[in-house]
Amino acid sequence: MTTSVSGTAPNFSRRKFIIGSAAAGGGLALGFHLPFGIGSAAAQSAAAANPEVNAWVVVRPDDTCVIRIARSEMGQGTLTGLAQLVAEELECDWKKVTTESITAGQNLARKRVWRDMATGGSRGIRGSQDYVRRGGAAARMMLLQAAANQWQVPVGEVAVANGVITHAASGRSTTYGKVATAAARLSAPDPKSIKLKDPKNWKIAGKPMMRLDTADKLNGRKVYAIDLKLPGMLYAAIMACPVFGGKLVSYDESKISGRPGVSRVVKVNDATVAVVANTWWRAKSALEVLPIVWDEGPNARQSSATIAEHLKEGLTSDDAFAGQREGDALNAIAGAARKIEAVYSTPFLAHATMEPMNCTVKLSAERAEVWVPTQNAEASLAALSTSSGLPLDKCEVYRHDLGGGFGRRGGTQDYVRQCVAIAKQFPGVPVKLIWSREEDQAHDFYRPISQCRLAAGLDESGNLVGLHIRVSGQSINAYLNPAAIKDGKDRRQLQGLWKEPGDAQLGYAVPNLLIEYAMRNTHVPVGPWRGVNTNQNAVYSECFMDEAARAAGKDPLEFRRALMQHHPKHLGVLNAVAEKANWGKPLPAGVHRGIAQFMGYGSYSAAVAEVSVSGKEVKVHRMVVALNCGHTVNPGQIAAQVEGSVVYGLTATFHGECTVRNGRISELNFDTYRMLRLAEMPKVETVIVPTYDFWGGVGEPTICVAAPSVLNAIFAATGKPVRSLPLRNHGLVPV
Amino acid sequence: MMELNVNGTTHQVDVEPEMPLLWVIREVIGLTGTKYGCGIAQCGACTVHIDGEPVRSCAMPVSAVGGKRVVTIEGLSPDNSHPVQKAWAALDVPQCGYCQSGQIMAAAALLNKKPKPSDKDIDDAMTNICRCGTYQRIRAAVHMAAGERNVGGADFIVVDQSNA
Repeated sequence: MTTSVSGTAPNFSRRKFIIGSAAAGGGLALGFHLPFGIGSAAAQSAAAANPEVNAWVVVRPDDTCVIRIARSEMGQGTLTGLAQLVAEELECDWKKVTTESITAGQNLARKRVWRDMATGGSRGIRGSQDYVRRGGAAARMMLLQAAANQWQVPVGEVAVANGVITHAASGRSTTYGKVATAAARLSAPDPKSIKLKDPKNWKIAGKPMMRLDTADKLNGRKVYAIDLKLPGMLYAAIMACPVFGGKLVSYDESKISGRPGVSRVVKVNDATVAVVANTWWRAKSALEVLPIVWDEGPNARQSSATIAEHLKEGLTSDDAFAGQREGDALNAIAGAARKIEAVYSTPFLAHATMEPMNCTVKLSAERAEVWVPTQNAEASLAALSTSSGLPLDKCEVYRHDLGGGFGRRGGTQDYVRQCVAIAKQFPGVPVKLIWSREEDQAHDFYRPISQCRLAAGLDESGNLVGLHIRVSGQSINAYLNPAAIKDGKDRRQLQGLWKEPGDAQLGYAVPNLLIEYAMRNTHVPVGPWRGVNTNQNAVYSECFMDEAARAAGKDPLEFRRALMQHHPKHLGVLNAVAEKANWGKPLPAGVHRGIAQFMGYGSYSAAVAEVSVSGKEVKVHRMVVALNCGHTVNPGQIAAQVEGSVVYGLTATFHGECTVRNGRISELNFDTYRMLRLAEMPKVETVIVPTYDFWGGVGEPTICVAAPSVLNAIFAATGKPVRSLPLRNHGLVPV
Repeated sequence: MMELNVNGTTHQVDVEPEMPLLWVIREVIGLTGTKYGCGIAQCGACTVHIDGEPVRSCAMPVSAVGGKRVVTIEGLSPDNSHPVQKAWAALDVPQCGYCQSGQIMAAAALLNKKPKPSDKDIDDAMTNICRCGTYQRIRAAVHMAAGERNVGGADFIVVDQSNA
């Protein structure tokens, strides 16, 4: 591959970039070796025409402000929110804002000027809001300075609104587009001189702006990675040993030779085989009839039952770690007037992104490229480099917006490594790897399985005097990031039950409290699944709270309030949701309410569900969900995340379970791994209760209150607590 | 070699008769707006119209299409002007967007048959999976595309608790 500069303009808006590169091979190299047009005469003239004021802002002559986005967009609206934050400080015309995605190679080449590209843990906005706002403010200062210089007036005398700069004393005005070239030549302002706006004065941020990325999602024009077309492209279908830890023994390629379009079989690694063909359907069809011999190994003896026994042992074992300890919970419970106990459990879950795992890799001796839906483009870059053997500066990642992420496409990048192994057999030829839905279900990094034993002691007045929570379950870090396991501990297993404020704090003060966990790992790969451990832990603590309230003869809301006086923010969202949902007021016959609150990702959530149960049929009529995420960048998109999180949470509540049989996952497609459908979705009302004194996450926090609020409503309706998910295992179905 | 009419254009395609229509559309004709999600007609991401009827193209062999007219998302309108597309835009329906081609095609087919669908009609017709959970806005957008007012959609309030 040549690195010489073609006539391709250094416009790195992704679609143009890909089309340009497809047409002119070497154009791709341009993006890396000559980032933003530094270098060639042609590139310099293009950069001069569309000057980069700073890393975050490019202003075109027509006043279009191009805002650069480092984080991934997977539906959660971060792209629009980040653009709002930059535009707010930039003081540009929101109607003239557009965005472009940077690449991991560009970030590397410019010494990570755009900082972290990882998009997970609901950190996309809260983790970058400060420096992107500063980027917008710095660009504004430079644009104003350029106008002041042109007019030879002090910069303090010029003002800007909607990208129009004015000098009141002389009546002159100009626009960002006209001074951008001059502004781009100025030095960046001293960071200490940058003053960010008080969010209370926001005009663009904080408002329910429409998403910037909708139009192409309505007509099929949006190019997801799975849609990429490159000249000469080949397609790969893949299958790894269905038993985790099993190995590939052999395959009989002769049985598929001669099939139309099939190129060949590739051994991807010691457990994985792929078929390469000139269309993906031909590759997949050939793979389905390829005789493969696996050595399934000892894990083939594992099942959901053996795993459940393994976890159950951890509920009473001696090797638990205490996450919180106040007073003497065990003695307080033993000596209490009333004592209750329960054991809960939650299953493995697959992410099931609508766009299955996929990527396209093109390799040569000098260069490795991947087109990929990724939540972490820099992890993709690292995976590309290590698996191709080429240094980072000879690798590039073209990030496509994701057809769903939910934690599946973060650090692991297994599909990138697989595709590199396949593409090595086809030098210079782009190879697109697509996982079938079945492969996607069979080889996820699943939400970890866990069980929980809870015990509570109540005094004669029904006050909670002792609480003991013991979680037994699998650790994500033990599987994905063993270096993060310190002294055998993974504190994330108690996410949402921590004592420390700020991130995922338990909202209750109990005089005698013991919260502990035992790590019980299995052979099944696990990873972060939208909400991670808050989902399971909220079910345990919030459903048991209702069991305790019932034993105490108290209203579940009042029972909670009595324990929350030292946790005002938790209490604030609980009160807000109770008020909006008319807690305590009459409901139609047969309809019952359930309530829950929890904290995760720096934000406070609460929900009230209205549910009726008729025989085996459960109707969730309405859900009111309250969220305090501190600052609200886009209330309309926050509502969209809350609506979506209810669907994600209720899918898990009603249907979600990956069972293990003979060492492998049984549910391989949507016929058995069911999803909530439109008819089953309740009406969702979102109550945003910002306190404007912190930056919390949005994408994940509210999922965890969906399940317990509905389960508590079912408990209210039937008098019988549901202690294991999904509800289908209890014969309960949504209507 | 067989003939296939897609979005008003006749294509000559040289493929196995059992190749699903979805893959002919995506990989032979090159229209990638129609998506693969499951391959077993469960999720609806691959929904197209065949003679006006919504069909899950991942499970239909191309040989079964014959001379019928296939319309994909790319053929719904030249400029996002179909009432369903306009309503989807007005209510900010899509999140990741991957399923929305199929959702829009399912909604357009419903409205062809029932210009004023009830909620029950929408429940019955809109069975496509959306993993982002945009169903509330989809329901509202179908009503909006049918010309109704006060259709709902996003339902949120912002209550300042900074002085609470």
